[in-house]
Amino acid sequence: MNWKERLARWGIKRSPWVYHVNTGACNNCDIEILDVLCPRFDAERFGIKLVGTPRHADVLLVSGPVTRHTEQPLRDAYEATPKPCAVVAFGACGCSSGIFKDGLNVNGTVDRVIREEDPEAIITYVPGCPPRPEAIISAAVKTLEAL
Amino acid sequence: MSKSPEKKVIPFGPYHPVLEEGELFELTVRGEVVEEIYWKTGYNHRSIETIAETKTYDQICFLVERICGICSHSHPYGFVRAVEDLAEVEIPERAVYIRTIVAELERLHSHLLWMGLAGHFIGYNTVFMWGWKYREPVLDILEEVTGNRQHYATLKIGGVRRDLEESKYEKILDMLDDVEEKCRMLLEAVPEDPVLKSRLQGVGVLTEQEARDWGTLGPTARGSGYDIDVRRDHPHAAYDWVDWDVCVEESGDVYAKTMVRLRENMESIKIIRQCIDQMVPGPIENEVREIPPGEGIGTYGAPRGETFHYVASDGTNSPIRHKVRAPSFNNVPSFEASCIGEEIADVLLTLAAVDPCYSCTERSLKLTPTSSDERLLTPRQLLEASRNKTKELIDQC
Ligand code: SF4
Repeated sequence: MNWKERLARWGIKRSPWVYHVNTGACNNCDIEILDVLCPRFDAERFGIKLVGTPRHADVLLVSGPVTRHTEQPLRDAYEATPKPCAVVAFGACGCSSGIFKDGLNVNGTVDRVIREEDPEAIITYVPGCPPRPEAIISAAVKTLEAL
Repeated sequence: MSKSPEKKVIPFGPYHPVLEEGELFELTVRGEVVEEIYWKTGYNHRSIETIAETKTYDQICFLVERICGICSHSHPYGFVRAVEDLAEVEIPERAVYIRTIVAELERLHSHLLWMGLAGHFIGYNTVFMWGWKYREPVLDILEEVTGNRQHYATLKIGGVRRDLEESKYEKILDMLDDVEEKCRMLLEAVPEDPVLKSRLQGVGVLTEQEARDWGTLGPTARGSGYDIDVRRDHPHAAYDWVDWDVCVEESGDVYAKTMVRLRENMESIKIIRQCIDQMVPGPIENEVREIPPGEGIGTYGAPRGETFHYVASDGTNSPIRHKVRAPSFNNVPSFEASCIGEEIADVLLTLAAVDPCYSCTERSLKLTPTSSDERLLTPRQLLEASRNKTKELIDQC
């Protein structure tokens, strides 16, 4: 790791910006993500912020089994995210395609798609259906540690 | 005078900061005014109906819960009613009350969530934060009653999975008092708030005739003066044992839909109170040993309208066909009536006003022209055909 990369990683840890990609989730994971940013849990006080484009993001939050239609957009989003970045495979669906594993239209897990793009990618897994807000905050801490 | 602005197409999605799910809208605009709307879904299609055909009836309850995260009581409710219709099962009274309590709590959390999101869409984030903050106690009660904040896993064919202990009644009633106060505050604040009023009134009007023509359901229809509610029209759960009103507003704009939802919150609270009051002791499930061959349908009044499930059984332990029709499937096409002629800034709000849920809507459908004499194969016949072909090939070599 050269000094530039170290500096970038140090910078990310102060205030990670998150871009959320829904790859066929059932909505519940997405709601819990928003819920964590709302007054009860308020993850924004740690500088975690949802942004509107992957080009501004440090963390790619992927919820849902990867369906056929969303595989290419997910690849594109990963491509567009400035590196170094972390990927969070969110929920049982993100980790393993969950209950939809055998679906005709489900192309596989988040890590398969991301690893095909970049074998070195940093991927955190947050199991749960949906993960509880406390688990999400703990996952955020672990993701930052991994960076 | 400047010449009239030219037509442009503005794509909106599939990933857009305000859309939670992936879906694509293409708005054809002239200047600021939307002239045509084209929409494409399919990003969330997970082939749930096909997966359901490979699972047992008990497992499907968990699967249909995951059709949509917000309606995670509505879909299983539709499904268990379809199977109960098929197997002619009676539900114990206590179970019916518990089902209704969870159902109304879900409606409460869904409507508060929508209120928050609507605030977010018009850039009024205070409403967003407040709506979602007020939703938290509801989730707490749900956790208390069912064991999880979302995906409650309460329903089971023949009854419910968990009993509601009497020691919890007090706690639930206390939390309801708290939520009621906040819902009343919202109900009073929205008509008085000048920002909300000017932003919501007269936007995205869907007339009553259009609401009927497009077959809309739920608050979308009721906001346009179309008095339809499956909870009253085809009573199920405990809805005909308690006293409640169907909320209807006449004006058809986003404001009317907001008011319908806010008023429904108060009705939900009323229903839950009565259910707890009238709760009878007794068993919580009737054991179902066998599902006979046949067909069954189940409807349920979800927060967004009527959910419909159809189940066909051949007497084995998994269905041969399971069909789901979610309310958004009817409500989403009404965009073509309500968005045309709106300004582009209002379209987003109009889209959000029907509370669309795309993960519910994603069912694939095959249309065949009636004149075609092409052979149509069911998945089973297709499987059979492919097996025969393989056999032939093996025999040949
Ligand atoms: S993990 Fe569960 S809650 Fe999350 S998208 Fe999948 S089914 Fe829905």
